[in-house]
Amino acid sequence: MSIDESTAARVAKLARIKVEPERLPALAAEFNTILGFIEQLGEVDVEGVAPMTSVTPQRLKRREDVVTDGSQQEAVLANAPDAREGFFAVPKVVE
Amino acid sequence: MGDLNKLGLAEARDALRAGDVTSLELTDACLSAIDGAGALNAFVHHTPEIARTQAAAADARIKAGDAPAMCGLPIGIKDLFCTKGVPSQAGSRILEGFLPQYESTVSQNLFDAGAVMLGKLNMDEFAMGSSNETSVYGDAVNPWKVDNRQLTPGGSSGGSASAVSADLCLAATGTDTGGSIRQPAAFVGITGIKPTYGRCSRWGIVAFASSLDQAGPMTKSVRDAAIMLEAMCSHDPKDSTSADLPVPNFEAMLTGDIKGKKIGIPKEYRMDGMPGEIETLWANGTAMLRDAGAEIVDISLPHTKYALPAYYVIAPAEASSNLARYDGVRYGHRARLDQGDGITEMYEKTRAEGFGDEVQRRVMIGTYVLSAGFYDAYYNRARRVRTLIKKDFEDVFAQGIDAILTPATPSAAFGLGEASDDPVEMYLNDVFTVTVNMAGLPGIAVPAGQDANGLPLGLQLIGRPWEEGDLLNTAYALEARAGFVAKPEKWW
Repeated sequence: MSIDESTAARVAKLARIKVEPERLPALAAEFNTILGFIEQLGEVDVEGVAPMTSVTPQRLKRREDVVTDGSQQEAVLANAPDAREGFFAVPKVVE
Repeated sequence: MGDLNKLGLAEARDALRAGDVTSLELTDACLSAIDGAGALNAFVHHTPEIARTQAAAADARIKAGDAPAMCGLPIGIKDLFCTKGVPSQAGSRILEGFLPQYESTVSQNLFDAGAVMLGKLNMDEFAMGSSNETSVYGDAVNPWKVDNRQLTPGGSSGGSASAVSADLCLAATGTDTGGSIRQPAAFVGITGIKPTYGRCSRWGIVAFASSLDQAGPMTKSVRDAAIMLEAMCSHDPKDSTSADLPVPNFEAMLTGDIKGKKIGIPKEYRMDGMPGEIETLWANGTAMLRDAGAEIVDISLPHTKYALPAYYVIAPAEASSNLARYDGVRYGHRARLDQGDGITEMYEKTRAEGFGDEVQRRVMIGTYVLSAGFYDAYYNRARRVRTLIKKDFEDVFAQGIDAILTPATPSAAFGLGEASDDPVEMYLNDVFTVTVNMAGLPGIAVPAGQDANGLPLGLQLIGRPWEEGDLLNTAYALEARAGFVAKPEKWW
């Protein structure tokens, strides 16, 4: 599997990271190096092997279905780059 | 008592309880050592006021006869832990200015046990790196030096390693996703343990790869590691993967008696091109454990070779998901926008400015292996291979193996700026440690020798799940026989 510049651009877009067009060839080359390293997984016989979902055998705990948190608007907004009138502020989303 | 910052946790604890020193004296000794060690770039946020307040409170508790395990002991905290009201940036520009409104469970446990926080420690950005060279704060520097070459303290917990080795603090917290406690510990000649996945709560620790991340202590001795690990562990309802198991008194399990224990030597860890010094170190360590009465058994972990490539699918996949939260909306950096920029441009510019090259690379690799059409070929295949890696360990433990001895790293510390441009070369640093994260097992690095240049080398012991006490005891026996006492000569 070889990654070309347009695939690299598509991945950057999916990851929401702006990559200048002149950097795409180098990025595609790096991806190919890393994916080349990963390719060796193809040698392993994984027939009938289940993908790991939990590294320690455990049942996730359940708790009472009740509200245990909340009323922390100030703390939640304290680190926002732009917060106004109790809300996160972002550029216009809907035209 | 002179040079109080050079004490370990156990010695300082005993001196505090005997009334020979106060926590304020210990804390001030560390604070002045930190002030004189700017060249190491280990501490990146200093909290002397918090330290002195905590030290005074600890002295009062000791006086009142109420001294818990870590009471009055000054430590450093890796920047990955959220500490309330104190900058916690995970070594990244994207979290510049972020002040957590809460305390991570592990740091809270340490404070409840009386520990004193001196400040936050340098690290690779989002714990992605093996040399501390991806940090927004610049490189942390190894206190060990060869001629005038500046060396890496390893990564990602490079600041923690540098600070403990240089006696800037008595001990430090680290985190380990693929080797980030054990590799730096080995590079600076200290002890570092990654416990079983689920022993330490991950709540409030900035997430890298959630199925692999674990916190652990980095200390000057195995005894210190036992003391601090016990204080860090707890069941935490805020982390659904944290284990609801009692935490044993690890220090009480240090008897040094390992007679009859079966130690496995895995043949797959003998890599092509492994330096002779590492081979010798490993053979010496094997002889030490045999001398201590352990039975040495040759074992096979057939899927070892595939651990690193599987890791470089799973860890970036989880990172791409975890790091999606850095969007410039709720915390941290937001890019300056141009006229007409919408929300997508805000995300893309913010993340391009906020993330460094290695983090961008891994987020994009993760995005790729999870994308439609590749999910099965890469991500699911890697998770299947992970099942096989874990089974390798289960099989040898079922044969009665108590612990496994391997080198901790494939080399001694290398020079800062000397790594090649090939990211895969850097990834090979974790070749001996990453299997342990993939299988969720406890692993400890113990300093066990020096190379021809006098640089420290470490051995790794891998234990059965939840048996950190037994593992620490084996490490204690190894430490006693290795007799590693060398310290870096002060140049900073």
